[in-house]
Order: sequence, then C-alpha cells, then structure tokens
Amino acid sequence: GKAEVKDHKDGEEHATTSLGFPIMSEETRERVFWRLDGMGYRVGQGLVERFSVNKPRPTTPLEAIKFICKDLWILVFRKQIDNLKTNHRGIFVLTDTKFQPLGRMSVDRRTGIRGAEEALARAQTYLYFPCGVIRGALAGLGVEATVEASSTEIPTATFQIKQKGAKA
Amino acid sequence: MASSKAARMGEEVWKTRTEKINLEVLTLTYGTLVSQLTHDLRDPATNIPDYAAINTELDRMGHSIGLRLIEDFLAKTSSAGPAPCNNFRETAEMIAKVGFKIFLNVTPRVENWDKEGRSFGLVFEEMPVSEFVELPDDGRAQEELWFLNLFCGVVKGALEMVQMQVKAEWVSDVLRGDDTTEMRVTLIRYIEDEMPPDDE
Repeated sequence: GKAEVKDHKDGEEHATTSLGFPIMSEETRERVFWRLDGMGYRVGQGLVERFSVNKPRPTTPLEAIKFICKDLWILVFRKQIDNLKTNHRGIFVLTDTKFQPLGRMSVDRRTGIRGAEEALARAQTYLYFPCGVIRGALAGLGVEATVEASSTEIPTATFQIKQKGAKA
Repeated sequence: MASSKAARMGEEVWKTRTEKINLEVLTLTYGTLVSQLTHDLRDPATNIPDYAAINTELDRMGHSIGLRLIEDFLAKTSSAGPAPCNNFRETAEMIAKVGFKIFLNVTPRVENWDKEGRSFGLVFEEMPVSEFVELPDDGRAQEELWFLNLFCGVVKGALEMVQMQVKAEWVSDVLRGDDTTEMRVTLIRYIEDEMPPDDE
C-alpha cells in the first residue's frame, strides 16, 4: 500500500554513494532524463535555427552529422568530436575523448570498482542534456533520430545516433 | 576596495582566467530552464503556471549554485589579491564589478544605497540571458514572474558562504515593461562562527 511506497522512498533518500552523493532510483533517473533530454532538444533546435542560416543546408544525413561533429560541438563544447564512425546504414557513433562536462570529474579510487561504477553513473546524468541537443539539432536539419550516450571511462563520452528506420 | 580597482580586477580575471561559453548556448539554455518550470509547476486546478512557485524554484536553484560558485570566485580572484571586504560597500563593488563581470561579463551599476549603508540596488544596463526573451503573454507572467530570479539565489548562496546573510530580490525588470532591471540586495546580518550550544 501507500506506506510501503513511502518507506521505500525514505530508504532511497538515505542511500548515498561512497562520496556522499544521493543515489537516484530508476524512477527518478527516468524523470531526470526526460526533462534534461527535452531541454537539450529545444536548445539544439534553437542553435540550428540561428547558426545554419547562412550555410548550405545538409543534403544527406552524413552531412548533418558532420555539422554536429564540427560546428555544433565547437559552439557548445568548444572542441570538435574526435571520432566519427558509421555503418552507412543510418547508425553513427560519435566519440569525444575529452568531453568537457566530464573533464573535471573525480573518481573515488579508494573503493576500487565500486568507486569507478559510481563515477560513471554520476557522469551518465551529464550526458542526457547533450543527447537532447544532438537530437534537436538533427531534427532542425531534417533528420529524425534517436540518441543514446554512454561513458566507459571518464572523460570519454560516446554518442550513438540511430536514424529513424535504421537497422543495426 | 575602490570601485576602479575592483573594475580592473574584474576585467583582468575575465580576460585571463575565465572559460567562455557561447552567448546563444547560455541564453537558450536558461530560457529553456524557465520554460520547463512553467510546464512543471502549474496550479492543478486551473492548469496555469504557478509563477510564485517558479520564482521560488529559480531562487532555490541559484542558491545551490551560489554555495559552490563562491569557491570558484575565490580561486579565480585570490592571486589577484582581494583582501576580505572591509564593509558592505566594498562587498557591493566586488559583486558588481568582479562577480557579475567574471561569470556573466556584465557590470551592473551600484546605486540607490539606503541611509544605513545596508541595502543597495544593482542596476543592469544589459543582461545576456534576457536576450531574445519574451515573457508568456498570458496576462500574469508580466506581473508575477521574475525571469532572472535564479541570480538572486546565486548572490544569496555565495554571500552566505562568506558569512553574510542577505535578502536579494528583483524590484524591476525591462522584460516586464519596466524602465530598468534592478536587483535589491539587503544585508540582514553577518553570520558569526557559531559554536554548538553544548560545546565548552
């Protein structure tokens, strides 16, 4: 019943990582993702509106992706994407090996694997907004896509873009 | 610290020690944040944005930012040699000419002091995050929303960490159709180092 839910939430508030950060429940994380991704989408769309005006409109998805890797990334993160891979069937993988929002994050080395995992979970939260920025910018360039991001080692971030209808 | 010295310090730190962000990225992001709050914080009965709640939330977010931002402020300015402010007038100059300068690249005028020297206005000729902004045309936002309220929270949070409890609130905003954009900052008290009551 209701009491159970409340107990569960109370427990959640007290759960912290080894550095004292609160641990987010899946449900909370989902809501955080939803908002940050949505906000990023609006920012990405707005930036494309302002900065692609005087440029020839990309005619292929790959050109649109290249705009993201160079122009947009410099605008938002002050550097270019380091690596772009594509299967030429609608899947693009962008790697930033020194992703600015993760650049100064620390990992609690005392706790070994646990500390590393906690740091990556914390870093994940900082990837939601950029995912939305990419998705919004692509939408503004006429490319519908889904975007997922992950980090396997701070400060590297990898963004996988799947064009609508693409098959892995 | 004299006004001109604070201005030089602000200019110096801004030029040499501040990482810059693209203006449009900043304005779009801040605008999107406020817009998101107008979706999230609505009166359930009428489905109208609860602007008082939005002001409070912006203030709360800013407060959390201020608590941390002061560290960065002190780190960036320490080698430029600011002695701790001797009085509230110096604090005002530091906020206007160094704080706002290095984090927003604007320098509000310090005006409208009260007689006791405990309350002043920061008058902003320009405010980057307000560019391209129009408040919702719903007949209420113009009266009730303080679009820039996050910045009051920042000032309060930052000063709290250097032993000053202040009140900070907007008294006018050109976005609302006012002639000026002014934040009023009032010193409530200096926070003494308080010992726990049973500590002998």
